[in-house]
Amino acid sequence: MDWFFNFPDMSRSDLREFKKTVDFAFTDFSRTYGQGIEEFFEPLLMFLVWFEKLFINTPWPIIIFSILLLAWIGSRSILIVVGTFLSFMLIGYFGMWEDTMSTLAIILVATFLCIAIGIPLGIAMARSNKVQAAIVPVLDVMQTIPSFVYLIPVVMLLGIGKVPGLIAVCIYAIPPIVRLTNLGIRLVDKDVLEAADSFGANYWQKLFGVQMPLALPTIFAGVNQTIMMALAMVVIASMIGVKGLGLPVLRAISNQYLALGLMNGLAIVILAIIFDRVTQKFGLRMQKYRNEGKD
Amino acid sequence: MNSKNILIKVNQLYKIFGDGDKSALDLVKNGMGKDELLEKSNCVLGLNNINLNINRGKIQVVMGLSGSGKSTLIRHLNRLIEPTSGEILFNDTNILNLTSKELIQFRQNNMSMVFQKFALFPHKTVLQNVGYGLAIQNISKDEWSEKAQKWIKRVGLDGYETYYPGQLSGGMQQRVGLARALATDAEILLMDEAFSALDPLIRSEMQNILLDLQSELHKTIIFITHDLDEALKIGDRIAILRDGSMVQDSDPQEIIMNPADEYVSDFIKDINRARVIQAKSIMTPTNTKSSGATVKEDMVLEDILQIMSDAPSKPVSIENSKGKITGKIEMVNLIEGMKRPKSFGTNITG
Repeated sequence: MDWFFNFPDMSRSDLREFKKTVDFAFTDFSRTYGQGIEEFFEPLLMFLVWFEKLFINTPWPIIIFSILLLAWIGSRSILIVVGTFLSFMLIGYFGMWEDTMSTLAIILVATFLCIAIGIPLGIAMARSNKVQAAIVPVLDVMQTIPSFVYLIPVVMLLGIGKVPGLIAVCIYAIPPIVRLTNLGIRLVDKDVLEAADSFGANYWQKLFGVQMPLALPTIFAGVNQTIMMALAMVVIASMIGVKGLGLPVLRAISNQYLALGLMNGLAIVILAIIFDRVTQKFGLRMQKYRNEGKD
Repeated sequence: MNSKNILIKVNQLYKIFGDGDKSALDLVKNGMGKDELLEKSNCVLGLNNINLNINRGKIQVVMGLSGSGKSTLIRHLNRLIEPTSGEILFNDTNILNLTSKELIQFRQNNMSMVFQKFALFPHKTVLQNVGYGLAIQNISKDEWSEKAQKWIKRVGLDGYETYYPGQLSGGMQQRVGLARALATDAEILLMDEAFSALDPLIRSEMQNILLDLQSELHKTIIFITHDLDEALKIGDRIAILRDGSMVQDSDPQEIIMNPADEYVSDFIKDINRARVIQAKSIMTPTNTKSSGATVKEDMVLEDILQIMSDAPSKPVSIENSKGKITGKIEMVNLIEGMKRPKSFGTNITG
C-alpha cells in the first residue's frame, strides 16, 4: 500500500538526470546558435540604441513639445495636455528625465514590435479556427508563466542587455493585442460582411475595407493594454540590464531606499496614466460614428 | 411561357444544413420530411427539391413563414450559401460551377442585394456606402462617386451624402441600401425581406419607390417577404415555400383564386379579397358587349362593386388593355369572387 500514501514519483537520480539532460541540451543549443541568434537581433539592438539616444540627446523642450503635440492629436483634450505638461516637468525636476527617456524609448519600440507581430497574428487567428486553437494556448502560457521563468532561457541565449530585455517585455505585452485583434475581427457584424460578399468583395477588400476599420476600436483597446503591460514589465526587465526607470526601483528594493523607489515608481505610474488616457480618448474618437444619435 | 424570357432557372435544388449532408440528401430524396430528418440524422432540411423559373424583367416574390427557407433560397442565387445538390442556371451558365474568381465577377456585375437589416457599413458615409459595389471594382473615385451621387438623388436622399448610416432613420437607411444595390447596374436585384423592418407607412412608401424604379429600369427582382399584401402589391409572380418545399408558384390572382393547399389558403384567408381580385379572374369569357358599363381587366372587385351598385341588374363588360371585350361580370360573379375558396378540411397546420 506504499503507493497509496506516497506518490509513485520518479527516482531522485532519474529526475536529476532528466534536468541535467534538458539543461545540457539547451546549453549546447545556445552555444551552437547563440551567436547566430544574437546577430539576428543586431539590427533591433542598433535601432533601440539609436532610438534611446535620440530621446536622451534631443533637448528637453523639444521632447516635451513633441509629447504635448502627440497628446493633443491623440486626445483633443486640454486637460490631458496640461496634465502631461505638469507631469513631465515634475519628472524632470526630480532628476528622472534621462531614465524616463530610456523607458519611453524601450516602451515605444516594444509596442511597435508587438503591433507589427501581434496584429497579423490576430488576423490569422480570426481567419481560421485551427490557427486560433493553436495560438490561444501559447498566449495563455505567455500570460500566466512567471516572467522570471522565461527570463532564464532568454538570458542563456542572449546574455544580459537591451535585446533580451526587449524580448522579455514583448513576450509579456503581446497577448492582449493578439487576442483583441482576433476578437475585434470576429465581432464584426455578420450581416455587414455578407453585404460585402454579395457585392463581390474579395478577402483583402473585406479585411481592410470592412473588418479592420470596424474592429479598430477593439484593436486599439489591445494596443492600450499592450502599452500598459510593457510599462509594468519595466522593473523586471531592468534585472537583465535594461536601463530606465526600473533600475532605480530595483536599487531601491535591495537597499531599502523608500524615496528613490517611490519617485521612480510614481514616474512609471504617470507614464502609464498618460499613455492610457491619450490612447483611450483616441480609441473613442475612432468610433465616433457609432455614437451619433439615431432618429 | 417562352423559355427566352427565363433569366434564372433553379433545378432540383436541395440544401441540408449539418454534418453528413450527403447521406441525409438520399433520405430526403426518398421522401423524408423536415422533422423526421432532424430526429434521425441531426440535419436541418433547408431546401427540398426547389424548381423555379424566374422571368427576365419581372418581380418574382418568394413567400413563406419564418424558417420556410426563403432567405436560404435567395442566398443560393448569389452563392452566399452553397447548395447540397442541384443547379442554378443564369443565361444557361450554371452558377454553381463558377470558380471563386468568376463568382466575384458575377456578384460584382450581375447581382446585387438589399438586406432586411440594411447591413450598411456603419463606418462609411452614405456616399461611400452607395458607391461600395463600384469602388471595389477598382473604378476611379470620381467615376463611382458620380454614379453613387446619381442614385442617392434618385432615392431622394439628396444632401445626405456625408452622413453616416447611424444618423439616419430606418426608412432612409433602406433607401441607402436600395441605392447601393442599384448603383452597380446589376441586372438582378435580390431583396431579402427588404422592407420588413420598416413601419407600415414607410414600407408602403418604399414599395412605391421600388415599383416606380422598376417601371423605368425593368430589373429582374427576386423579392422575399412574409407579408401577403406586399407580395400582391409588387409581385408579378408569387412562389410560396413551406418547410423548404415549394408549395405553389403562380400568378398572384391564381394564388387567391386557386390556392394549392391548406397552407396557402391559410395564408390568404385574412386578405381583403375585394381589394385584390381583378376582373379578369372572375369574369365569364365572352366577346359581346353587355348592357352595363365597360371596365378594364385589372380593375379590382371593390371598384366594380361601386359601378354595379348603380345598376345591379346590368352585367359589366370587361375589356383588355387593347380595348377588346374579353368577358362580362354579373352580380353573382362578384359574390362568388368574394367568397373564400373551398376549405381543405380542418387539419390546418403551419
